[in-house]
Amino acid sequence: MTVDAQLADLGSRAAPRQGRRLRAFLHNPTFIAGAVILGFFVFLALFADWICPGDPQDMVAQPVLWPGQDMQFPLGTDSLGRDVLSNLVYGARASLLVGVSAASIGLAIGMVVGALAGYFGGRVDALLMRLVELFQTTPTFLLVVVIVAIREPSLSTIALAIGLASWPTVARLMRAQFRSLREADFVMAARSLGYSSTRIIVQEILPNALPPVIVAASVMIANAILTEAGLSFLNMRDANVVSWGGMIGDGRDLLRTAWFLTALPGAAIAMAVLSLNLVGDGLNDILNPRNEP
Amino acid sequence: MGRRIAATLRRTALHAGPTVLGIIVLDFLLLQLMPGDAADVIASESGVATAETMAALRHQFGLDQTVLTQLLNFLGHLARLDLGYSPRYNMPVLDLILQRLPGTLLLMTTALSLALVIGIALGSVMAAWAGKWPDRILSVVVLLLYSMPGFWVGLMAVVLFSVKLGWLPSDSNMTIGANLSGWSMIVDRARHLVLPALALASFFVAVYARLVRTSMLEVQRQDFMRTAQAKGLHPFLIQLRHALRNALIPVTTVAGMHLGNLLGGAVVVETLFGWPGMGRLALEAVLARDFSVLLGVLLLSSLLVILANMLIDLLHAWLDPRVAA
Repeated sequence: MTVDAQLADLGSRAAPRQGRRLRAFLHNPTFIAGAVILGFFVFLALFADWICPGDPQDMVAQPVLWPGQDMQFPLGTDSLGRDVLSNLVYGARASLLVGVSAASIGLAIGMVVGALAGYFGGRVDALLMRLVELFQTTPTFLLVVVIVAIREPSLSTIALAIGLASWPTVARLMRAQFRSLREADFVMAARSLGYSSTRIIVQEILPNALPPVIVAASVMIANAILTEAGLSFLNMRDANVVSWGGMIGDGRDLLRTAWFLTALPGAAIAMAVLSLNLVGDGLNDILNPRNEP
Repeated sequence: MGRRIAATLRRTALHAGPTVLGIIVLDFLLLQLMPGDAADVIASESGVATAETMAALRHQFGLDQTVLTQLLNFLGHLARLDLGYSPRYNMPVLDLILQRLPGTLLLMTTALSLALVIGIALGSVMAAWAGKWPDRILSVVVLLLYSMPGFWVGLMAVVLFSVKLGWLPSDSNMTIGANLSGWSMIVDRARHLVLPALALASFFVAVYARLVRTSMLEVQRQDFMRTAQAKGLHPFLIQLRHALRNALIPVTTVAGMHLGNLLGGAVVVETLFGWPGMGRLALEAVLARDFSVLLGVLLLSSLLVILANMLIDLLHAWLDPRVAA
């Protein structure tokens, strides 16, 4: 935290909590940098049709134009004469879509399992943690490959498979939160008022247990994007959808002569994942003040 | 010391038992979900299939029995180390996997050692200069490594070191048909190992560097560090003997948790470099729709992770005297 941020923080002690949070976000350079890059990719994903009209899989020019060779196609064309720029823009859509849906599925399962295990403890906890351990022992990527092999590789199957393989981390996190919060005074108070377990879990503990889960969510989206890229690279992908990993897989055949076909989509993946990791690091600084130097 | 390690071994073995059983059941359930069964695979390989021969095959493999009986059969076969037969490769699945296992183990241990050595070195440098420019620059480098797909790092390394500079080979695990022996064979193997190991290690270098940095900074505030300073030990020795040793405990834990991911990453890296290992076998099995091989790989690699974690528990007992048996 910079001196300015600390002063701002001091000055706003009396201000409502919400205002201080917002200021903390604005004064965290890591978070801002991540959010700006991420915002750029979200913009590409949302307005792909408007930025690059037409089907990105159409052949538009002669194959393997290098970037800058023809200004109509500033990033060149691939071995089938498809516009690399337009493919990169549409690829943002597939990556973010799979990333966000896989992370949502993983978060949903992990939060339910972790909350139940942490809140009830005892046998429920022992049983659920066995399940967590089981999934943590199985190599995630192999499990995803197996699940995708059971069904046809479509975007929804891939998202589902990644979600099913990635929930254990969240479950562990939620469990730890619930274990420490279930003895807190406000939970005792809620219990003595005769609130039901469901109400205590959802309305009392959950909102207080969320901060580390929010940090984990951004890292989960990042990991899901990396996993999806690996799958697409191995050709386990939806043939009708342009994806960055798939572009790398296609470009690999021309690695010796036209390496830009591999380099560009990989750089796009790295930037998107980097932005999510930056957002995660920033959120961690803001939401867990203990970690501040 | 010896007794504590024996007790740790017994405890972890007892704990691992149910997990192994759970993994076997999970694998069986996944096998049930696979489209088509062994009879379909054999029929499609042989090219002739009447309804009668299919029924006979199903009866022969016990596929016409209830799921529970099939599960018991599956367990019975496993107890005899029988993972099934691959019609595609025309050999028992277990033999097929064991043939590929050394390749994967070599790649994984090399990558893990590389990641640990580079990661711990980077993390220590970052912690020693925390907040100053070496820390800032390395933090950016590490964050970039953390965000790049490992297989893409591998491809870019191929462009640089194989295509442009011509220093290192980028395919298979040895020079085909060179018939090398002795020292030149070892050098040839090692040269083929460099790029795949780097590609697999890149992500984990970042993980360990970040972790070592955090835990080294955490350790500095401990009382025993002040004691060591008061004793007048050389600062370098304090960092090496007291800080790093304690900072390594979370690193070994995380390394154990990441073994599964490392094996998963090997699928992509082995395919990319034509490395004859288990991961590539898994992908070939998917393409051939040879699911008994695929699940055999999943099962054996999970067991490998459990085994490695037991080893790490032993390492913990050795590193940290407080770890109770």
